[in-house]
Amino acid sequence: MGLLSKKDAKLITDPLADNNPITVQVLGICSALAVTAELKPSIVMAISVMFVVAMGSTLISLIRNIIPPKIRIIVQLIIAAVLVIIVDQVLKAFAYELSKQLSVFVGLIITNCIIMGRFEAFALANSPWRSFLDGIGNSAGYGIILIIVGFFRELLGSGSLLGFKVLGDSIEKTGLYAYGYENNGFMLLAPMALITIGIIIWVQRSRNTALIENN
Amino acid sequence: MGLKEKLHTIKEKGKGKKWLPAFEAVHTFLYTPNETTHSGGHIKGADDLKRTMTMVVLALIPCLIFGMFNTGFQHFQAFGEPVDFFSMDAFWYGFLKVLPLVVVSYVVGLGIEVLFAIIKGHEVEEGYFVTGMLVPLIVPVDIPLWMLSVAVIFGVVIGKEIFGGTGMNILNPALIIRAFLFFAYPTWMTGDKVWVSGAVERANEMASGADVAGVSGETILGSLAQGRDFAYSVYDMFFGFIPGSVGETSTFLILLAGLFLIYTKIASWRIMVSAVLGALVMGLLFNGVVNAGWVSEGSKFYSLMNTVFWHHLILGGFAFGVVFMATDPVTGSQTNKGKWIYGFLIGFISIMIRVFNPAYPEGVMLAILLMNVFAPTIDHYVVQGNVKGRLKRIKAKTA
Repeated sequence: MGLLSKKDAKLITDPLADNNPITVQVLGICSALAVTAELKPSIVMAISVMFVVAMGSTLISLIRNIIPPKIRIIVQLIIAAVLVIIVDQVLKAFAYELSKQLSVFVGLIITNCIIMGRFEAFALANSPWRSFLDGIGNSAGYGIILIIVGFFRELLGSGSLLGFKVLGDSIEKTGLYAYGYENNGFMLLAPMALITIGIIIWVQRSRNTALIENN
Repeated sequence: MGLKEKLHTIKEKGKGKKWLPAFEAVHTFLYTPNETTHSGGHIKGADDLKRTMTMVVLALIPCLIFGMFNTGFQHFQAFGEPVDFFSMDAFWYGFLKVLPLVVVSYVVGLGIEVLFAIIKGHEVEEGYFVTGMLVPLIVPVDIPLWMLSVAVIFGVVIGKEIFGGTGMNILNPALIIRAFLFFAYPTWMTGDKVWVSGAVERANEMASGADVAGVSGETILGSLAQGRDFAYSVYDMFFGFIPGSVGETSTFLILLAGLFLIYTKIASWRIMVSAVLGALVMGLLFNGVVNAGWVSEGSKFYSLMNTVFWHHLILGGFAFGVVFMATDPVTGSQTNKGKWIYGFLIGFISIMIRVFNPAYPEGVMLAILLMNVFAPTIDHYVVQGNVKGRLKRIKAKTA
């Protein structure tokens, strides 16, 4: 890559797979269960988190040398809160229906472990550019899982993708439904999101056995 | 060379090959394996896993056959052309409806088991033998077969294999399969149509404008949850001439099967007795609440609360769940004291769910799954209590 050095590129590619925040570090599960019943909120959530983590990491990194260590958590929270409020207001202004659907979970991005984790573990000790890349990488890793889970939950649970009825109309019995297919209501409930994430973890670890913990 | 030796040489040749577990599954099903251990002293019990499982399946067969008769009987009854209960017409209709359920359950379930055995390279386990028979007995007879297959795949993989296979699961696989169907396809698992074969189809015909009479397929619990009356006698309920899941209706046969399982020491009588006690206590409590006048007749819980307390034992799937599912030795409590607590809470919670959640009039499934989760905790405290008691005695002696 011409744009990024190898070391910098790793910051983005690592969290996508082998160091994924959800499936490997098991962070941010809560929102991954709550907003993934449909694909659209999953994507919006992924973008929102990406904005907050990337911007936040950069900001923290810029002022990392002047933050008094004793109050660093408070400073991090304030920055995260400001960014979350911006996201929340933008959503309310331009995508009101979606923001109602995401409800409290946009506000709760502030408590998302991934954010504090990246601020604390990376941005406080690295240059702004690297922190920015790290934020992008981690939130992309988070987002990709959200989108996979949202994809399967919406497809199997509602028979649609992004609202398009890809499997046919379940009421008028067209497409697959004409053959007796029915939507799986269980996919819309939170337990099935957890099981879907579990299956992703299972697939990932059987492909890359180095991730399996030995007790 | 006889067939037996031939099979044995095939097995020798196949050592380390991928297909060996699949071959062995068939082999040990037909013949007793001739492998013996060569070192150490061993105590050999006559009741290995296979024999235990066979006994449970034997106990289930009467329920299955009765279920076939009942399926036909309920169908013809509801469609206004009643036939005798023990008639060929009823049996044949039910046979053709129930057999596909059994076949799908076994083919899909055993297929997954063999697949996992091959991938993991161990012998095929007998674990699915009982589950495969339980599943067709606890679903409504008209459930589409593809839904059953999806549920069986889910139940065996998520309910059992990911925990390490037979004997390692924390929840009863048959109940996971039923719970999956219940939450995934509620229109096929609840309501006033699904319990009588053909009623759903008839409802669809009516919806599309055909001029036919509607058919009700409501269970007694369903009627009660709606606050309606029902036209079945206690005799009907006890012997099972009522609509319901395929094999759960006849409390009489389930009782016989329970006695058989207790006699052969396969199922725990402690769990069965304490579950019945728990249900009776909860039923009595509800009856008491009604008698004290704390619930008005207009309340949506009134009819179920007012049900005579011991009727709960012969309604719905309670008896079936308690005899065949709660006593599962893998997922239940292991200690004797623990079994009393575990069973009692199953009975208690079953009736509570039944009464307070009209959307899920069958509480025993959820109650058993819930207590499955708590069984290890119960055992832990029973064992700790025992340890503490013994320590105290030692202290008293030495002091």
